[in-house]
Amino acid sequence: MSDKNNLIVYCEYDEGRVADVSLELLTKGRQLADRLGVKLEALVIGDNLEGIEKQIFPYGADTVYKVEDRRLFPYTSNPHAAILIKLFREIEPQICLMGATCIGRDLGPRVSSCLHSGLTADCTALEIGDHKDPKTGKEYSELLYQIRPAFGGNIVATIVNPDCRPQMATVREGVMKKEIRNAEHKGEVINLDAKKYVDDTDFVVEIIDRHIEKSKVNIKNSPIIVAGGYGVGSKENFQLLFDLANTLGGEVGASRAAVDAGFIEHERQIGQTGVTVRPKLYIACGISGQIQHIAGMQESSIIISINNDPNAPINTIADYVITGEMEEIVPKLIKYYKKNSK
Amino acid sequence: MSLNIIVLAKQVPDTRNVGKDAMKEDGTINRAALPAIFNPEDLNALEQALRLKDANPGSTVTMLTMGLPRAAEVIREAIYRGADKGIVLTDRALGGADTLATSYSLAMAVKKIGDYDLILGGRQAIDGDTAQVGPQIAEKLGLPQVTYAEEIISAENGKVVIKRRLEHGVETVACPMPCVVTVNGSAAECRPRNAKRVMKYKRAVSTSEATKLSEAEAAIVAAHPELTIPEWGAAFVEADPAQIGLPGSPTKVKAIENVVFTAKESRRLDNNDGQIEELVKELIANHTIG
Repeated sequence: MSDKNNLIVYCEYDEGRVADVSLELLTKGRQLADRLGVKLEALVIGDNLEGIEKQIFPYGADTVYKVEDRRLFPYTSNPHAAILIKLFREIEPQICLMGATCIGRDLGPRVSSCLHSGLTADCTALEIGDHKDPKTGKEYSELLYQIRPAFGGNIVATIVNPDCRPQMATVREGVMKKEIRNAEHKGEVINLDAKKYVDDTDFVVEIIDRHIEKSKVNIKNSPIIVAGGYGVGSKENFQLLFDLANTLGGEVGASRAAVDAGFIEHERQIGQTGVTVRPKLYIACGISGQIQHIAGMQESSIIISINNDPNAPINTIADYVITGEMEEIVPKLIKYYKKNSK
Repeated sequence: MSLNIIVLAKQVPDTRNVGKDAMKEDGTINRAALPAIFNPEDLNALEQALRLKDANPGSTVTMLTMGLPRAAEVIREAIYRGADKGIVLTDRALGGADTLATSYSLAMAVKKIGDYDLILGGRQAIDGDTAQVGPQIAEKLGLPQVTYAEEIISAENGKVVIKRRLEHGVETVACPMPCVVTVNGSAAECRPRNAKRVMKYKRAVSTSEATKLSEAEAAIVAAHPELTIPEWGAAFVEADPAQIGLPGSPTKVKAIENVVFTAKESRRLDNNDGQIEELVKELIANHTIG
């Protein structure tokens, strides 16, 4: 027997816009809810939420729960957690999805700990399937398969929560695809009284100061990405990659190793612990190709690998492999592009 | 004001540097090829604790780790760098725990330690990258949490002021103590070992390591209580057997697969002007660029 409880997505928003990661999860949530034959619900918590449902309904949500209070924006852990805990006890969702963002990764564990529900972080795929407990032989139908890399990305594990509800999972931005289901779709809006869900004593953390900058980096949506790895060797050499990216009208990305080495900022990290990208062209410079990086860029249409190691693992998934020193090859690409374009 | 600080640390396989020899021929992981290290962000947390200790004389920094008995290595390392003491929570019954069962076990050990103002830990461990244990411990202990901390600016008058590093900016928050703080890798690097402390604590051993010492060495350890790193078991911290280890874990691993990527047929080019120009022309012709 499978439960007919619904699937809920915790939606983040800022400056009146629902976050992309939440819309991506609504898209995935709709598919999973259809598969299970249940409703897709969304929850938005904050301030000034008027009309926010208009951004959510096109993704197929049947219900949007709204909890408004001036103190609920910007996000702090305890008040948002208190609302989820109380609401989930009432509506008993079978699945809860949230973004693997600073907010989702702060909120999810707190809620799952209180509900003893189990949570899988940073899933790269979500599916519905059956499960048989290998020890007890007990069979479960229609569980959420929470598929995620583990061990630094060297293995992929499928996790299930057989007995506890909700089955909770977080997913990074860009991993799922955002797709409008029906621009005309309208569902039900349920306004919840904040006072019934959150106590004054929950507001323990005080935000003294907050500087949120609109990200200048937009690698996720760039059609061309020039990415550098540890093999680029220095911050200075990364300038070459910026030159190439600027010439081609693309963005610069990086592997974790390059970010860890301090060559470039974390915002540009591509891979399981960074952003997932699917550009038209991906030029990998000095990237050996650890699994955790490849997982974040393998769906690129064309991959060029520039590496002085002819046996770099990334070469196996590249369409073009240029063997040699990146410091020499990148300027040549710039030169011949300038010569041949127009 | 002196503070009692607990720092949570984990011994992890170094998954960041998985070289070719780390994968066996059959595609499984050769764990022996991965050194066990101090989880990097836990070192960032230790540094924040040591700075608070420097600024608040009389403070103590107590390390707590859960793992195999050999995790005493991270306690020793932390003591060499300035921590006062440490405890290894180790028990077969704790094995196979998911993050929730781990958090419960660590929360019970924290309760056993008893007196604390701050609990610090790294944002996440590199073997799982989940970032769940910190917030879950906070919830289990009924404490507020501050995640993604980059700098603990002050801890006074019962409040800790913290700069947080978020995806697109920074936030400064004030939180009443006691609380749980998880520290980001972007925080200050941990100070190195202190030579005097290495001399003083080079014989520090866990209870199980002590059984392997020679009689003379054992006598020295016995005469200096600060050289013993206690090992605590599940029963000692009064953990409910139903909430620890595999039975206490709501999440189960259904399957594990090695990651295999489909290899493409690549075109190989050399660092040769003619070939590179041909490639660029081709990409322009098929509208990939330009």
